[in-house]
Amino acid sequence: MALDPTQPYELHSQVALRPEPFGALAYHYGNRRLTFLKSVEMVDLVSQLDRHPSINAAIESIGIPVERRDAYLRSLVALEASEVIHAR
Amino acid sequence: MLVDQLKTGLDAPICLTWELTYACNLACVHCLSSSGRRDPNELSTAEAKAVIDELQAMQVFYINIGGGEPMVRPDFFELLEYAIAHQVGVKFSTNGTKLDAGKAVRLAAMDYLDVQISLDGATAEINDKVRGVGSYAASIAAMENLAAANFGPFKISVVITRENVTQLDAFQAIADTYGAELRLTRLRPSGRGADTWHELHPTNDQQRMLYNWLLDHPQTLTGDSFFHLSAFGEALPGLNLCGAGRVVCLIDPVGDVYACPFVLHDEFKAGSVRDSGGFTHIWRGSDLFTSLREPQSPGACGSCGSYDACQGGCMAAKFFTGLPLDGPDPECVFGNADEALALVGTGSAPSPGPGHSKPVSVKLSSRPTSLALHR
Repeated sequence: MALDPTQPYELHSQVALRPEPFGALAYHYGNRRLTFLKSVEMVDLVSQLDRHPSINAAIESIGIPVERRDAYLRSLVALEASEVIHAR
Repeated sequence: MLVDQLKTGLDAPICLTWELTYACNLACVHCLSSSGRRDPNELSTAEAKAVIDELQAMQVFYINIGGGEPMVRPDFFELLEYAIAHQVGVKFSTNGTKLDAGKAVRLAAMDYLDVQISLDGATAEINDKVRGVGSYAASIAAMENLAAANFGPFKISVVITRENVTQLDAFQAIADTYGAELRLTRLRPSGRGADTWHELHPTNDQQRMLYNWLLDHPQTLTGDSFFHLSAFGEALPGLNLCGAGRVVCLIDPVGDVYACPFVLHDEFKAGSVRDSGGFTHIWRGSDLFTSLREPQSPGACGSCGSYDACQGGCMAAKFFTGLPLDGPDPECVFGNADEALALVGTGSAPSPGPGHSKPVSVKLSSRPTSLALHR
């Protein structure tokens, strides 16, 4: 299923985030995959998804510049594929 | 770049190996911790649980447990269950000798647990030369037990040697039989391996064959072991950097912390979990780990066009073969270490010492002495 930025998403309940100087490590206890979140903004975005009615609203709320939003959406597609986030 | 950030260190390790005991019922000729006898000073159950508490607080998501043979510790399952209940997942390595049908059922019932069975030959002949008579049969029996208990995909861990490197397809076939994952790692001249490395490490032609095989089988697990082979051309999958003290470290059975599992030597000891400040302080503040996170000089490798690919290779391999740490790996694919290696005099490389090897028992006669006395 393709990522739909107009829909509500959340961090997977089996994923733990560990803050690191570059952003965070995301570990999925179910599939045991380790994923690197390579910016502090990405960490904020992923951990605040559940507070917003859509991905777009979360991006807006965090204040990610318009010109960088496509890059963030591409990263979210990868994060959905590795089950770090999912539709709620 | 992410790799550059990893080189400067993380707030907690990604890959922490914890050897629970030096006791082992086998005596593999390449054992990197020279295991055999239990150390009387090994961490108690309570001390081990305190370490797990600390790892949980640091958000170390999983640990690799080894030894020695970890399953010989009487509190093995207690510690396993404690770690998993505290969000510290476990992968443990075992020689399989203690993994009977009942234990397999118990393991299969646990979440966040991986099991890794050691096998250093796809045939008993090749395996038992390194791991001891009967060890091939024991490993296969453990695999059968895990499969019968529906454990799921466990791992088969192979240390690549000159003799088994020709068996890669056969190892894959064994893994496929059990729906297991194949893990291949590099032989290091560490522990008892210091005495056997010169005869057992793959030749350079074999290294190239292994490199091509790994490129053809990218799903193979390697623990980022073979990054020195990336100098052959295309980089192998993985981070391709020495993680010692940066993303990797080792806690030994008595609680001493080393930069990686392959450098059990005072020179690479950063402290003890028993020191005030514990493991957290060692990881974040020890002099050794701080220095390993500083930019490393390429030294003699600086003029080689492949330094970015291989990073000069493995620190432990250089150290225990007596080579300078800022020069080529003893298994440099271009042979750049051959000359220096030939000049290292016998006995002048740093010794890993006898470690916890069992005393060599000399069999004088196969005939029982008592019979001789009665005759």
